[in-house]
Amino acid sequence: MTLLVQALLNGLVSGALLAVPAIGFTAMFAVLRFPNFSVSGIATLGAFAGYVAYGAGLQIVGSLAVAFAIAGAAGLFLDRAAHMPLVKQGALPAAIASIASGLVLENVVRLLFGNDMRGYDRPIARDMRIGEVRFNPQQLETMAIALAIMLAVFAALAFTRIGKAMRASADNPDLAALKGIRPQRVAMMASFVGMGLVGMGGMLLGLDSSIDPLTGTRVLLSIFAAAVLGGLGSAPGAVLGAFLIGIAEEVSVLVVGSQYRAAVGFFAILIVLSLRPRGLLGERAF
Amino acid sequence: MLNYLLFIATIGSIYGLLALSLNLIWGGTGMVNLGLAGFFAVGAYASALTTTTGHMPILAGWVLALIVGGAAGLVVVLSTTRLREDYLAIVTLGFAEVVRLVASNEIWLTRGTDGISGIPGPWRVALGREYFNAVYLPILLVVLLLVYWLMRRIDGSPYGRALRAIREDAQVAQVAGKPVLRFKAQAFALSAAIAGLAGALYGHFTSYIAPDLFLPLITVYIFLAVASGGVGSPAGALVGAYLLIALLESARFFVELIPAVTAVQRAALKELLIAVALILVLRLMPKGLLPERIPRAPLVGGKP
Repeated sequence: MTLLVQALLNGLVSGALLAVPAIGFTAMFAVLRFPNFSVSGIATLGAFAGYVAYGAGLQIVGSLAVAFAIAGAAGLFLDRAAHMPLVKQGALPAAIASIASGLVLENVVRLLFGNDMRGYDRPIARDMRIGEVRFNPQQLETMAIALAIMLAVFAALAFTRIGKAMRASADNPDLAALKGIRPQRVAMMASFVGMGLVGMGGMLLGLDSSIDPLTGTRVLLSIFAAAVLGGLGSAPGAVLGAFLIGIAEEVSVLVVGSQYRAAVGFFAILIVLSLRPRGLLGERAF
Repeated sequence: MLNYLLFIATIGSIYGLLALSLNLIWGGTGMVNLGLAGFFAVGAYASALTTTTGHMPILAGWVLALIVGGAAGLVVVLSTTRLREDYLAIVTLGFAEVVRLVASNEIWLTRGTDGISGIPGPWRVALGREYFNAVYLPILLVVLLLVYWLMRRIDGSPYGRALRAIREDAQVAQVAGKPVLRFKAQAFALSAAIAGLAGALYGHFTSYIAPDLFLPLITVYIFLAVASGGVGSPAGALVGAYLLIALLESARFFVELIPAVTAVQRAALKELLIAVALILVLRLMPKGLLPERIPRAPLVGGKP
């Protein structure tokens, strides 16, 4: 029982961390209409950008801002240079190119930093306990930051002009253009903010464990699973999906052992696609 | 030197099989298979286990690789038939990861990350290392030509035209009375079976397979081969595959020349080069070297 409570708690933490890149991915999908696989490389890039900034003396929030900016800029550049020109031919060529650009980023990081695992040098804190259940205060801090980011994103989507423009564009691009929303600007904003969120997500996941060039690749399926579970294109869906995937992954460790943790996302996708193909919240709840 | 050339020609031909497999699905029906490396692995393991643990003849291993690869393809494609292609992309990518996880962890079956060694090759013992490569390549080429011939047959057949109609517009094909779902599933399963066969041929050639040999990078390689050769053209897929192996080998040679880089950096540079090449080909050469030629449909009801 304690084990289960502990797993649920860990699942909530990793779900919160997963939600940040999942929102980014799903928002990009809603506006740009192709699954952007370079999420793997961008998450790695964000994790390393944040790592360098943190090593240079910035606080966690400042480092996250650096991760956001660098990942966002790289994402915007790749979308403009490599992916968007291909979307005219269909979603698939763009998706294939995005696999290649993810690989480019992963290997740029590998060139600069090598394959070694690195950890953020955070001060060590003692675990807190309630009964038999353990908390790590740093984990809770990371989770709180993730929740704050989510809150900011939803506030921006609900209240700012650009947020509203993005939602309108995702809902009906033609109608939005007719109303004077410039699709080009919305698309660029989606690339920048979406990939910025993915970069921050990479750093948050890195804070919780360690980072290496494959950090992003390892969480790619979980991010996709969260987005598909909630309904591709739905931001609240991505959050719900992320928590469910986070919890499912932790509980799976109790059931089948940690070696199959990475397969949970895949099976979650298969189950959702067979039972509720449009995801829990539908595709257009953005 | 000759042995080296034989070796890369063999690997190139195996990539050629994979390229034909991808071309059937990507070029033929407009679906995508990002899990090609997974089907490649499934076939390699099926055949390796049949012939080592199962003590069956090599030919039985190859047939089984075809069957198991096709069955795996059917399972994957049927789980996403109702959905758009972007879901299939995500699911196939996940499939390849799960295959690698299973291969690494089900040690009782696959011997885990140690891999399976001592996979028999046809007459390997009798021929010795030197002559084995020279005998294996022709066998492989016969298989490759058979598959190529099959692909050309499909391309020219009413079935191939129906597949292309599905690629261009599945709805129209459906309205025209084509069983879209069944055709898509068949094409995907056939494509996966060919990838499985390629895996089997690979394992019996190198005599050793392990989970780390089936990285998603292979899928990227084959996408590069098909894209540069010309999506939709089987001849293009073959040309692309041999170009790919030439590029890979010259890239290896080239990065050796750069001074003061570690082995890790060399590998990273090589991957970087391949990825950039794929983006450039997609952007600048969307039709490839040998663009697809769509044959005119035969006239119905005799000559005009």
